[in-house]
Amino acid sequence: MFSNEQLERYSRHIILKEVGVKGQKKLLEGKVLIIGAGGLGAPVAMYLAAAGVGTIGIVDADEVDLSNLQRQVIHTTSDVGKAKVQSAKETMEAINPDVKVITYREFVDSTNILDLIKDYDFIIDGTDNFPTKFLINDACVMAKKPFSHAGIIRFRGQLMTYVPGQGPCYRCVFKNPPPKDAVPTCKQAGVIGAMGGVIGSLQAMEAVKYLIGKGDLLTGKLLTYDALKMEFHTVKLPQHVKDCPICGENPTITELIDYEQAECDMK
Amino acid sequence: MKITVGGEVKEYKDGLTVTELIEAEQVQEAEYVTVALNEDFVPRDEFETKQLKEGDTVEFLYFMGGGRA
Repeated sequence: MFSNEQLERYSRHIILKEVGVKGQKKLLEGKVLIIGAGGLGAPVAMYLAAAGVGTIGIVDADEVDLSNLQRQVIHTTSDVGKAKVQSAKETMEAINPDVKVITYREFVDSTNILDLIKDYDFIIDGTDNFPTKFLINDACVMAKKPFSHAGIIRFRGQLMTYVPGQGPCYRCVFKNPPPKDAVPTCKQAGVIGAMGGVIGSLQAMEAVKYLIGKGDLLTGKLLTYDALKMEFHTVKLPQHVKDCPICGENPTITELIDYEQAECDMK
Repeated sequence: MKITVGGEVKEYKDGLTVTELIEAEQVQEAEYVTVALNEDFVPRDEFETKQLKEGDTVEFLYFMGGGRA
C-alpha cells in the first residue's frame, strides 16, 4: 500500500517499533487542525507535514509581517504581505507533497469554530490570546475533540493536552480569561524565537502520539519550560474538577462565548 | 516546616497561608495565578485563610498567551 517513495520518505518512522507501517498508515489517515499559523503553529505544521499527517487544516486570518520572521519559521522574507495560511501551505507542500493542506483564512469565533473542528481528529491551539484559547477549549469539550493547549511568553512556555474523559480541560485550570490587557501577550512582552520551536514541537509530538495511539499524553498534566533556568517541570493537575463550568458535573456554559479581545491582538 | 514549591523544597514558618506564600515567592500577576496544593486547586477566596503544612506541595500556574501574533 505504500509507494517506494513513501517507504523511503517515512523509513525512520517505519523502523520505530512504536510506529511501524501501521502507525505510519494512521498518520497518513490522520486529520489535524492547527489554529494559528504563528510561533507555535509554524513548527507544528512543518513537523506534522514532514511526518505525513495526511490532512492538515490551518486557520489564520493574518498576513505575514516582518516582525513574525524572528520565530515563525514556516514563513520566509519573500512571504511578507502574503496570507499566513497560504505561505504555510506552500512550505508544507514543499516539505511533503503527500499531505493535503486545507487553509481557512479567517478568525475563529463562536459562529465558525464547531464547523471548523468537526472533521478533524486532533486540534492544535497555536493562538496568542485568551479569548480564543477559551473558545477552543469550550468548543473541543462540547464537540468531544482532543486538543493541545500551549502558551509562550518571554523565556517561558507551557502546554497541556485535553482528551475527552481523560482529565481536566483548560478551563478546569484557568477558569476564565484574565481581564483585557491584564496579562501581557507576546507582542507586548516579547518572546524568544526558539520558544515556539520548543513548545510547538512538543505539541506536534502530542498530536503524533495521539494519532498512532502510543505513549502517555500530557493529559492531567501541565508541562512548563523555563528557558533561562533551562528547566522543564511537570505539574500534576487534579484529575477531575467537579465544578468546572464546561466539563464539570453541572456545566453552566452551554453556549460558546466570544470574549472581548485586547485591541492589540486584533491587528 | 518544609514544603515543595514548584518542585523545589523550601523552608517556611509554620502556619504560612497561601497569600503569604504568594508574597514570599514574589509571584507575578498574582491576581490571576492558579494555585494547586497537593493536586487540588485552592479556590481564590481561600488564599488568605488556607494554611500550609509540613510536606505540602504547591504549584503556581500562570496564564500564558502567545504563539501567533
